[in-house]
Amino acid sequence: MSTNNTDAKKYLDMDLLRFSTAGSVDDGKSTLIGRLLYDSKSIFDDQMEKIEESSRRKGDEYTNLALITDGLSAEREQGITIDVAYRYFSTPNRKFIIADTPGHVQYTRNMVTGASTSNLAVILVDARKGVIEQTCRHSFIASLLQIEHIVLCVNKMDLVDYSEERFKEIREEFRSFSSKLDVPDIHYIPISALYGDNVVEKSENMPWYGGSTLLYTLENVQVDSDYNHVDSRFPVQWVTRPQSDDYHDYRGYAGKVAGGVFKPGDEVIALPSGFTSTIDTVETYQKEEDEVYQPMSITMTLEDDIDISRGDMIAKPDNQPTVGQDIDMMVCWLNKEPLQANGKYAIKHTTKDARCIIKEVKYKVNINTLHRVEGDKNIGLNDIGRVQIRTTEPLFYDSYKQNRATGSLIIIDEYTNETVAAGMII
Amino acid sequence: MRKYKLSHIRQLEAESIHIMREVAAQFENPVLMFSGGKDSITMARLAEKAFWPAKIPFPFLHVDTGHNFEETIEFRDELMDRLGVNLIVAKVQDLIDSGRVKEENGFNASRNKLQIPALLQALEEHGFDAAFGGARRDEEKARAKERFFSHRDEFSQWDPKNQRPELWNLYNGRKNNGEHFRVFPLSNWTEMDVWQYIAAEDIGIPNLYLAHEREVVERADTYLAKSEFITLTDDEEYEMKTVRFRTIGDMTCTGAFKSDASTVPQIIEEVASARVTERGNRTDDKRAEAAMEERKKQGYF
Ligand SMILES: Nc1nc2c(ncn2[C@@H]2O[C@H](COP(=O)(O)OP(=O)(O)O)[C@@H](O)[C@H]2O)c(=O)[nH]1
Repeated sequence: MSTNNTDAKKYLDMDLLRFSTAGSVDDGKSTLIGRLLYDSKSIFDDQMEKIEESSRRKGDEYTNLALITDGLSAEREQGITIDVAYRYFSTPNRKFIIADTPGHVQYTRNMVTGASTSNLAVILVDARKGVIEQTCRHSFIASLLQIEHIVLCVNKMDLVDYSEERFKEIREEFRSFSSKLDVPDIHYIPISALYGDNVVEKSENMPWYGGSTLLYTLENVQVDSDYNHVDSRFPVQWVTRPQSDDYHDYRGYAGKVAGGVFKPGDEVIALPSGFTSTIDTVETYQKEEDEVYQPMSITMTLEDDIDISRGDMIAKPDNQPTVGQDIDMMVCWLNKEPLQANGKYAIKHTTKDARCIIKEVKYKVNINTLHRVEGDKNIGLNDIGRVQIRTTEPLFYDSYKQNRATGSLIIIDEYTNETVAAGMII
Repeated sequence: MRKYKLSHIRQLEAESIHIMREVAAQFENPVLMFSGGKDSITMARLAEKAFWPAKIPFPFLHVDTGHNFEETIEFRDELMDRLGVNLIVAKVQDLIDSGRVKEENGFNASRNKLQIPALLQALEEHGFDAAFGGARRDEEKARAKERFFSHRDEFSQWDPKNQRPELWNLYNGRKNNGEHFRVFPLSNWTEMDVWQYIAAEDIGIPNLYLAHEREVVERADTYLAKSEFITLTDDEEYEMKTVRFRTIGDMTCTGAFKSDASTVPQIIEEVASARVTERGNRTDDKRAEAAMEERKKQGYF
């Protein structure tokens, strides 16, 4: 039992990295993910058998690792992936969640979706083609979604004779473009997804490369600081009122901490009421914690009986979110039906539901050049633009740059109920 | 400064609890689909945590094929008692008796498909507008794209091309009358995560998961437990083996495999070195490569 116990403990100490992958069609993204899963031993024999069998049926010369990530049959027939797919693997210290987003031109929507929960983006380029329009688009989206780390993988190095010059050229191209972006940490790795060079094992074909492999980079990049542990925010999700004698007067506020730290004894303010109180307990199941922080799901009790319900926000009196109804933001449009100027929509922001009207489209962004598109304010599927909305009631928000949880919202069509846009508050 | 760090298992837990509370808040009449397997037992624990110290504010639904392991039912009833939740049992047998569905016959007959109409009828009868399922994205390729909040039309169908994009942790549960949602709080968990969580939280599980002696018959690379629901062919016979189950479902299609893992830590070790997926032992998945996807379109869990 003892040795098992240590292993179990070690496992309980593992951390989590969520990353997205992007590349244009045929850059080798599926092969790369297949390689990562295969080399980290996350593919089981029965899955492998199916893949080998499919490969044989298709007449491939070697087992096509790309088939590992191939999802739905309709897509299998078309031979392209069309939506975000999630994959899992782990190494002894870290568990990874991959948001695999397709590279097809029109699927900005999927990339935004995948990036919204990611800490890091792996972007592929084909060594023969170098930095292309889509590379710029992927990087821009990563930057817009406030992803702090980009790993640019220069793939298919085997097809350019593992040339150091070519790698450096591409690195310079990307550097000059990415200086316009807001991404603090960028890594460059020359790889061959097909043969495995610098993916999990260091490449013998590129002795000139002194950096880390992709897997090593993914295992070691620091992501704790990506959470906001300064500005305390607690959107109330659910009020817990047990109907039992033991907890007769219990009133707990349940939710996910969206920023900062909360401790018993802290003075807090509830919005929109503005009433203040002191934290009595911060609890998880059957346990009073010393402190709670992002991204924990907890229940909070206060010393005073004040009226708080779902959609309200608990913060600190000396550090409050902005309260407002006129909100400026970048939106990515996700739906076939374009944005309606002056249209009315439903929104979800933290735990709050409200409605809004689109007051103004300020500009549309050309996502390849990052320039504003002059004279065109039509925002349709896969477009990104800056808009101003007015909400039916005040939101309690921060800028997206400051806090991804309190700075993001989704826009919903009130008739179809579809999620039509992602908004990042400026 | 102190490091505010949450281990991956606690991050997954926080995410799942958030989703359960979100469903309780956004829907009128949610239900938790409880199969008696380790994933639904884990869901039950998460639900307990999400609403503590109050009781879980929704009932559980068991779709009963009638081909149960006795242990599963005992375990289920004890757990419901302890949690104080209301259990609804949707019996496939009732549908067969009323003539609404026809039973498969002969060798390899399975009631697996009949779970779909039984489930749908129960959802309709009770007016449930959201049903929690314990499916995980790592289980099967077709599930890799499933959302946490999975929208179903009035025919309960899943349209892979028409799922709402899911961003950050903002979940859109808006729907029209007659439509409902399947919600999968364990989407991001792997089999290993579930076992580690069961170990860390010391959650009780049915003994079927642990190695035990049992009479089984070998069929399609797996062992099926002896039961009155199985017809042997001439060249098949029951033999005594030390086995355990990796998933628990209908007795006629849930396979066991040889194992000596008789404690949860031993299971974890076994899972860590396993070379086949847990569904690899389910004969229902072997029928076709795209089997799962087909069943999902029809409204399967
Ligand atoms: N020579 C070579 N070919 C590669 C490499 N990576 C991928 N490929 C091939 O490029 C093609 C497209 O790869 P795939 O992974 O399907 O690309 P995706 O569309 O980005 O997912 C396939 O024929 C792969 O075998 C590589 O590193 N070197």
